[in-house]
Amino acid sequence: MPLPKHMPKFEKLPALLLKPVPLFLLRPIAQHITTKIGKKHPHLFARLGKHTSTRYLIKPTNIPLVALLIPNQQTPTMQIFKPSQTPAHDAVIEGKFLFLLSMLDGTSDGDALFFNRELTIGGDTEAVVCLRNALDDVEGSVAADIADVFGPAGRTILGFLRRKEAQ
Amino acid sequence: MTIKMKPKANKFTKPELVCPAGTPASMRTAVEAGADAVYCGFQNATNARNFPGLNFTPDEMQKSIIHAHKNDTKILLAINTNPPAGKIQLWKDAVDLGAKFGVDAFIVADMGVASYIAAHHPNIRLHLSVQAAASTPEALNYYCQQFGVKRVVLPRILTIAEIKAIMQQVECEVETFIFGNHGLMVEGRCSLTNYVTGLSTNMDGVCSPASQVKYEQDEDKNLSTILGEYTIDCFDKGENAGYPTICKGRYRTPVRDAGYYAFEEPLSLNVSNLLPELMQIGVSALKIEGRQRSRAYVKKVVSSFRAAVDNIMQGGTADIASLIALTEGHKQTEGAFKSKKWR
Amino acid sequence: MQPKLTIGPILFHWSVDQKLDFYKKIADETDIDTVYLGEIICSKRAVFFDQYYEQVADKLKRAGKKVVYSTLAEVLIKRDRNIIQDFCDMSETEEIEVNDASALLHISGKAHRLGPMMNVYNEDTLAHLAAQGAYHASLPCELPRQSIKIMAVHAKKLGVSLEMQVFGRMPLALSARCYHARAHKLTKDGCQFVCEQDPDGMVLKTLDNKEFLAINGIQTLSYSFLNLTNELKQLQNLGVEYFRLSPHTNDMVATANVFNQLLNDTISPREAMFKIRDTGVKEPFANGFYHQKAGNQWVITQNGS
Repeated sequence: MPLPKHMPKFEKLPALLLKPVPLFLLRPIAQHITTKIGKKHPHLFARLGKHTSTRYLIKPTNIPLVALLIPNQQTPTMQIFKPSQTPAHDAVIEGKFLFLLSMLDGTSDGDALFFNRELTIGGDTEAVVCLRNALDDVEGSVAADIADVFGPAGRTILGFLRRKEAQ
Repeated sequence: MTIKMKPKANKFTKPELVCPAGTPASMRTAVEAGADAVYCGFQNATNARNFPGLNFTPDEMQKSIIHAHKNDTKILLAINTNPPAGKIQLWKDAVDLGAKFGVDAFIVADMGVASYIAAHHPNIRLHLSVQAAASTPEALNYYCQQFGVKRVVLPRILTIAEIKAIMQQVECEVETFIFGNHGLMVEGRCSLTNYVTGLSTNMDGVCSPASQVKYEQDEDKNLSTILGEYTIDCFDKGENAGYPTICKGRYRTPVRDAGYYAFEEPLSLNVSNLLPELMQIGVSALKIEGRQRSRAYVKKVVSSFRAAVDNIMQGGTADIASLIALTEGHKQTEGAFKSKKWR
Repeated sequence: MQPKLTIGPILFHWSVDQKLDFYKKIADETDIDTVYLGEIICSKRAVFFDQYYEQVADKLKRAGKKVVYSTLAEVLIKRDRNIIQDFCDMSETEEIEVNDASALLHISGKAHRLGPMMNVYNEDTLAHLAAQGAYHASLPCELPRQSIKIMAVHAKKLGVSLEMQVFGRMPLALSARCYHARAHKLTKDGCQFVCEQDPDGMVLKTLDNKEFLAINGIQTLSYSFLNLTNELKQLQNLGVEYFRLSPHTNDMVATANVFNQLLNDTISPREAMFKIRDTGVKEPFANGFYHQKAGNQWVITQNGS
């Protein structure tokens, strides 16, 4: 899939958004999002099976941060780190922020992104496949859930990103 | 009353569009995108896409069937693996559950499972899975005669002429693949995965299980795909990748020492250009592969083919070029359907 | 019942002389009980040896061997279908082993054998096919011990004798495409019979040079050789009565004799292993499928090496 021409411009947007936010502020927000999604979509954990305790490292390639997701049903956690402090993990999912978001949102096909080398997978492949499949069963928009956390500004930005993506 | 016919509309029977669903969300997506029937399976070895995080719990199956039926969509339950001796009860339980929930048909491959359905649920339609590896009128008619099979899913290895010839000689409906994974190994007769991983495609419903897949990318972004103890393929930086399935790997042999796709290229099947011809010869159902794919894939492929089939019925053409983005290695083929030169 | 050895059909494209020589030796120099004849992989090859089957069968029968004709494993085009029909028509006078569901339509109601390509995985499938006239079944090589055990119990009740391959490359997959032709940049229709160059199959290595698989026309086999010498006793105890040796270019007479000695308890599985190695098998042995492991694995058993 040749990338739509507009994309390179807008994929920088999240970095711009996140840059001024210090880590100590970002961390509770990330955790809040994770807790909220976990509560809203409990069946996600059943689908994850044994991988609820897997440590997923999520690496947006165009943002100088990494996230460690542990789906753990009772207390799902999402911690944010500087790339230089990458924590121990079982599986890695790496790709541009917008692709990761669109996959989370069910608007992109993970396999297609992988075939296209837009997505890199490392470590426990089964865990990644399982998470992908579990998230794919979440209806409604996870991205919208995230945007909601940021209030009207978040929803505006998401709408903007989507419109651009749809063009 | 006279019915005014649209001048160009085609007269052949409209085929059923049979679509994949790996999760309830995908199923609802397929229904919404215009599937006539959706095929799916339980979360165990009874179906040939027994992948982690995929498929339906009994509760999800029941609710999904109710939802599909409300929307006039059929549910075809895939119970298309071969139970090994001693474990067949799991397959019978899956059949009984499906019957209880009101599935519209079972898709089966194993003769033992087929005879159980024929004996215990004779009123539910039986479809012969491609996993049964039946490719001749004789083989297909055997299943029709013995088990009352109502529809056969033909392997992806036949030309349109061959499909047509088979249709003239079989006693039931014919379903063919139109989009998805392009495999040339005879389905239902492949133990390659089991040879490498200890998990069987026929008995466990897995093909290149993710639990034994490793992706290794070096600093230059060269990607190796590894299954069990074997390197299946290596991709240079930027080169489109494929699934780590053994039959799509690159290997060496004395006459091809540099490495080559010994079995097949990582291609996807897309017969959209031949769709009018398939419909013309009277294929009863058109199947889209991909229960393991995302609902984004389901939405795009199903709605594209929905429009294509409807257009062709109206005398129009199929325009689904955009589907290339969803194909493996970003390459597609009309595969066997056009000619048998590839054999 | 006394356990018996069988020789499976020659899977590879051997020359006429090579085949004639092979069957002569099997007839004259081994205690093999049953010999399966026939081209089961590629109908294009069949024409080369068709005219010799009668004389080979004759010779084998005179040497006290039972002869069974095996049918094509993959039936696709008209030529294949005709061959199947012809074989099935002989079933009144000859024993037939079917390897594809196409043959079932013709042979149902008549006595026949089921080949290892037939996907007979469970007791219900076996019962269905036994009711159609199957009296002998070679089980798929990927079936694990637990399932063989249950199959044997039901087979006995159904009056079906069971067979398992115990030596030779494992048949792993069939395709509509000829991979030998493909390797030589040819197609199946214009293949020039390049498969003749590889009498044990064409070895495929991974890109990092690990031996992996063997190509035989449309068939894919294991690189390693199945060797169930350590499991032979257990298979007998489970109720399997026939043990198949799949022909290769190693000394098959010696191989048959080693397995016979093993069945007669005159050598140990450990000795047998060394002797089979000496017949000219350089490739690794494997027995993983039987132990419900990856088929390429070598599982060390209690009694064996």
